[in-house]
Amino acid sequence: MFGNLSERLVETFKGLRAKGKLSAADIDATLREIRRALLEADVSLEVVKTFIAAVRERALGDEVSKALNPAQQVVQIVQEELVVILGGEARRIQFAKNPPTVIMLAGLQGSGKTTLAGKLAKWLKDQGQTPLLVACDLQRPNAVNQLQVIGERVGVPVFAPEVGNGKGNPVSVAKDSIKHAKQKQFSVVIVDTAGRLGIDEELMKQANDIRKATDPDEVLFVIDSMIGQDAVNVARAFEDGVGITGVVLTKLDGDARGGAALSVAQVTGKPILFSSTGEGMDAFEPFYPDRMASRILDMGDILTLIEQAQKSFDEQEASAMAEKMAKDAFTLEDFLDQMQQLRKMGSLKSMLSMMPGAGKLKGQLDNIDEKEIDHTEAIIRAMTPKERRDPKILNGSRRLRIAKGSGMTVTDVNSLVNRFEQAAKMMKVMAKGGNPGIPGMPQGMGAMPRPQVKKEKGKKKAKSGNPAKRAAEISGIKPAQQGNSGSSFGLGG
Amino acid sequence: MFWRKKDKAADVAVEEQVVQEPEVQVEKVVEQLPIVEPTVVEAAPQELVKVELPKRNLTKGFKAVFSRIKFDVENLEELQDILIQADFGVSAAEEIVAEVKVRAKKSGSRTEAELKEILTDLLTEKMTRSDVSLNLDSGKQPYVILVVGVNGAGKTTTIGKLANYLVEGGAKVTLGAADTFRAAAVEQLETWATRSNSSIVKPVSEGQDPAAVAYEAVEKAIANGSDVLIIDTAGRLQNKQGLMDELGKIRRVIEKNLPISEVLLVLDSTTGQNAMTQAKAFTEVAAVTGIALTKLDGSAKGGIVYAIQDQLNIPVKLVGVGEGINDFGFFDAKEFAIGLVGEK
Ligand SMILES: Nc1nc2c(ncn2[C@@H]2O[C@H](COP(=O)(O)OP(=O)(O)O)[C@@H](O)[C@H]2O)c(=O)[nH]1
Ligand SMILES: [Mg+2]
Repeated sequence: MFGNLSERLVETFKGLRAKGKLSAADIDATLREIRRALLEADVSLEVVKTFIAAVRERALGDEVSKALNPAQQVVQIVQEELVVILGGEARRIQFAKNPPTVIMLAGLQGSGKTTLAGKLAKWLKDQGQTPLLVACDLQRPNAVNQLQVIGERVGVPVFAPEVGNGKGNPVSVAKDSIKHAKQKQFSVVIVDTAGRLGIDEELMKQANDIRKATDPDEVLFVIDSMIGQDAVNVARAFEDGVGITGVVLTKLDGDARGGAALSVAQVTGKPILFSSTGEGMDAFEPFYPDRMASRILDMGDILTLIEQAQKSFDEQEASAMAEKMAKDAFTLEDFLDQMQQLRKMGSLKSMLSMMPGAGKLKGQLDNIDEKEIDHTEAIIRAMTPKERRDPKILNGSRRLRIAKGSGMTVTDVNSLVNRFEQAAKMMKVMAKGGNPGIPGMPQGMGAMPRPQVKKEKGKKKAKSGNPAKRAAEISGIKPAQQGNSGSSFGLGG
Repeated sequence: MFWRKKDKAADVAVEEQVVQEPEVQVEKVVEQLPIVEPTVVEAAPQELVKVELPKRNLTKGFKAVFSRIKFDVENLEELQDILIQADFGVSAAEEIVAEVKVRAKKSGSRTEAELKEILTDLLTEKMTRSDVSLNLDSGKQPYVILVVGVNGAGKTTTIGKLANYLVEGGAKVTLGAADTFRAAAVEQLETWATRSNSSIVKPVSEGQDPAAVAYEAVEKAIANGSDVLIIDTAGRLQNKQGLMDELGKIRRVIEKNLPISEVLLVLDSTTGQNAMTQAKAFTEVAAVTGIALTKLDGSAKGGIVYAIQDQLNIPVKLVGVGEGINDFGFFDAKEFAIGLVGEK
């Protein structure tokens, strides 16, 4: 259907970067893509609107117009703002001064409360607490049984005086459970409640009554990460109807982007404490706002990976390369060097393949054919140093010798020389007017958004973090859009 | 409408009609299954009678969302926003708005009432399909309905309601408890079996291979002369390959003995754009034939089914509007459209 956001932004930036400075219209074009991506990630429309407005305001300010690469700076702002809303850092459970600590769970039907209750109990038990599970879902058929089975699995007692299935009063069960916990000296009480709709006033009142009866230290709103636009309505209804202290996001082991996290955090202003990531009782972890931000936009991890890729490109080599390019002294030896740089990146391929939606970058790395690099390497190694430095002397008999020496055919040798010549020509052109990015990169690679160094938030970098680009800057070459020119290296032909 | 075997519940008002003699043969399972040797069931040829099931109207669900906006032909942006908020997705919302514009221009419509009518008609038109009723008239019995979906979507509840509905219509129904994974899932289905007066086939041991349970359920349903067999499965997220493969296996095992009349994908209407991914993935492994859209009694609109019907060509058949046994109905495009747009 649609490509992911990184792919679409790359498209947008292609047009933008050539211009250097961003106009308000450029920023709006970028924000339109981001808006769409947020909506496709199920962030609620009203949250998207306020979010985009905030980003726009920042993007029109100084930090973007002064940035070396304004388009990337916009993405950086988006990422930062996302993390801010998702809650700068994860908060921990608040424990009561006088035990038991009471944790009440509330949420829609099917959001995963009962399973979560078990996980939370296990997690607390592993930390040395003595939790008690309380079966207050007397509505859904056999919810009480389910909690009992789960309690048994995690070795945590379950307070279940009522069988449920529509019978019994959850408010009195809740009340009694606290008495019971005090008597038996449980340190934490986890109250599982029936799923209820935000618009069901009667049941919302009942939830509030359970709250009053138990005076919980935490009321955790449990929400399915697959939820769509309704997240804002539901979050508001629970915040108004019961009052929540924190949020738990469930089923994050699925492949939903989880934009609801943003909606809920924005609307309630309450921190997301945990994420639930599977059906096993250990599939439970603290919530990481930065990871969630990346997940929603489907691009953060890619930024990190590119950062790594760029590290493998040695800075000195880069400046030497830039000089050579400027002087038209690009040789087959340099070509070989680049191949080897690329090979280092090849190992990224496997890392990338594990990531969902790595998008364009992955597609490009797929173009790195290890065999192709092997062949290229073999051919160049079969050349004399003189031939490598001056391929013009490669006549028919030399080519035949090289082919034999490398175990390749003359056609292979010819095509390599052709590709090299094209590349060298391209290099010259770029050295005059453009930034080569990482030379030898497969098509479009240089157009990927580059990570800003994370720790330097706010600080403006004097020089580019991209070694090749920095080299180009040093040597007085104006950084500009590379476009597709890298393709002339034509890996894989 | 469906067919049931003639010798039972002859007191129900039916239009009698002989259809076909179902030839039921139980072969030995080919796939390795950890179950006891299947007993070959004698399936006496039976006459079938056509059953008109009671009409169901939706008392709840489908609430209007457009009441708060002013329609204005110059600025249909807000219409797009509302569609997005109903989970139609950006692309579908854009498409619909563009089409409304075209039609409004053509007919020269300007007033709010006229625009609402255009929208209602458009949605109704686009969503009306001829294949929305359950596939229960092939004459081959028992009809098998396999129910699939992600965790917590409402599979078990939907089965309970549907079973009850069919039993009320005079059918003999057996439920197969092939969710052998979730704690107390079998007991939950058992409660629904009791409520709906259906039979149930349960796993013989905890965590038994669900395909084995499905196989046994087929056997028993044939043996006890059921008209319909509904098989519950464990919730699974569509990106878990192993679990999705398991579903494929369940399907194949059932099909050794009986054709599957209906594979229902249960979608929670609160689900956003991920519902499309779910529909694609489940269709791939389980050949989904219809969607049951649940929890429409809440504030969510389930607009993503528009795109799912459109792109994947899978009809929405059932809707769930509550936790009670009668809280369900058959999908009606016009009701859905009016529910979104509001009465004219
Ligand atoms: N309000 C409402 N709740 C529903 C509906 N269908 C199912 N549920 C509830 O959603 C929860 C999950 O349902 P269940 O049938 O156990 O889902 P399964 O995991 O897919 O089998 C239960 O609490 C059900 O009572 C519906 O149409 N409306
Ligand atoms: Mg179930």
